Amino acid sequence: MIEVKDLKKSFGDTQILKGITTSFEKGKTNLVIGQSGSGKTVFLKCLLGLFEYESGSISYEGKNFSKLSRDEKTNLRSEMGMVFQGSALFDSMTIAENVMFPLRMFTKQSKSEMEDRVDEVLKRVNLDDAHKKMPSEASGGMQKRVAIARAIVNRPKYLFCDEPNSGLDPRTAIIIDNLIQEITEEFNITTVVNTHDMNSVMEIGEKIVFLKNGLLEWEGSSETIFRTDNEAVTNFVYSSELFRKVRKMYLEESD
Amino acid sequence: MRPLILKDIDDLIIGSLGIVAFISFFVGGVVAIQTSLNMTSPLMPKYLVGFATRQSIILEFAPTFISIIMAGKVGSFITSSIGTMRVTEQIDALEVMGINAINYLVFPKFIALTLYPFVISIAMFLGILGGLMACVYGGYGTMEDYVEGVQLDFIPFHFIYAFIKTFVFAFLLATIPSYYGYFMKGGALEVGKASTTSFVWTSVLIILVNFLLTSILLG
Ligand SMILES: Nc1ncnc2c1ncn2[C@@H]1O[C@H](COP(=O)(O)OP(=O)(O)OP(=O)(O)O)[C@@H](O)[C@H]1O
Ligand SMILES: [Mg+2]
Repeated sequence: MIEVKDLKKSFGDTQILKGITTSFEKGKTNLVIGQSGSGKTVFLKCLLGLFEYESGSISYEGKNFSKLSRDEKTNLRSEMGMVFQGSALFDSMTIAENVMFPLRMFTKQSKSEMEDRVDEVLKRVNLDDAHKKMPSEASGGMQKRVAIARAIVNRPKYLFCDEPNSGLDPRTAIIIDNLIQEITEEFNITTVVNTHDMNSVMEIGEKIVFLKNGLLEWEGSSETIFRTDNEAVTNFVYSSELFRKVRKMYLEESD
Repeated sequence: MRPLILKDIDDLIIGSLGIVAFISFFVGGVVAIQTSLNMTSPLMPKYLVGFATRQSIILEFAPTFISIIMAGKVGSFITSSIGTMRVTEQIDALEVMGINAINYLVFPKFIALTLYPFVISIAMFLGILGGLMACVYGGYGTMEDYVEGVQLDFIPFHFIYAFIKTFVFAFLLATIPSYYGYFMKGGALEVGKASTTSFVWTSVLIILVNFLLTSILLG
């Protein structure tokens, strides 16, 4: 469980996050949605402790992150997995080495144990034969999947994904979404996903947080998002004809 | 850590040997030619060419001039590789994994650059050898005279002075470029700008520190 209280963050004079309060439960796939530039990435990086913030608090299982000692922070971080928006693979390492990296840093497993685990997660993201490639030789979609494999390889308790399926074809995007959801349930972890993919919103959004102009405009789930009459949400989510139709069908069906 | 250090030794030290050897050899040659061309008086002893070449190579050319070149080569390599990791969020990725990124990225470069005096020794040797070649094959003097000059009035402290400078410059070469890479902001364009800025400041500091150390140690 992650709790965020009145989080404020500025760069220079521009306030990006203007006081956000919400919480993310264990075993649930939590989505953060909002327009490009609305502060999703900044929000996620605050959660991870990569950005300092002016005020507010972020706590993990009741413990305020910024008040933890160095060792406690390192411990907590060994339980986090993060998929960055631009993948952020280490470009001097092969794909297999990238995925193995967290294991090498945090565990004392033998080489063959680590290799088995790497094979296992690479298979899970549909990359069985890319081990020896360098990140620069992989397509953007492959890089994303490697980033996901690296984030989950050490069985994190908290999984953060910044637009994990942007730049992926629809089929792979769905595979990735399902994978994230499966892992979340299977290992009972707390997952926070930034996205503007409406498919994900409707398929895996157990909790959805909508950011607008640095504020939390709306909170709900993939169910309630069909029924909301919050204009900002409907303008954003149902901006395309297709999704307006989907919504109409959903509402008719469930009546 | 070990593979990282080995990789940095390869990138920073081994990878620089070629250019350092090339420049030292030919600049040594030019120094010898210039010295002998400027020795117009027949009263000046012939061994002066070897002596002057040795002094300029060991005292200034190898430690200082080569370090300026290394500020361009090694320095901008360090800034751009760390800077690229910064803008592509690789440093964030390290930090999320609880890894102290400064330690992880900069420490191996420090260790690798402790081998920097080795590069400078090669520059000294090849510079003096280049002088010899130019002198003998260019018809400016005999090998005996040159070698006599190289061995003349040898002051061990000059070597100590040169290697103190070398160590200090190695430190500057590791820190300033790493600083500019680590703390950079922006995108690919800024990586290029940061490399240039880091080169400028590294060379300015090398020149200033050179002046200070020379005043203190030899003055
Ligand atoms: N390091 C930074 N320094 C200054 N401003 C920043 C920085 N990072 C983000 N911003 C600003 O914060 C705002 C929110 O950016 P953010 O990257 O969080 O948006 P986002 O919601 O993730 O958008 P997208 O969907 O396009 O990824 C933007 O206006 C951006 O310019
Ligand atoms: Mg973003």
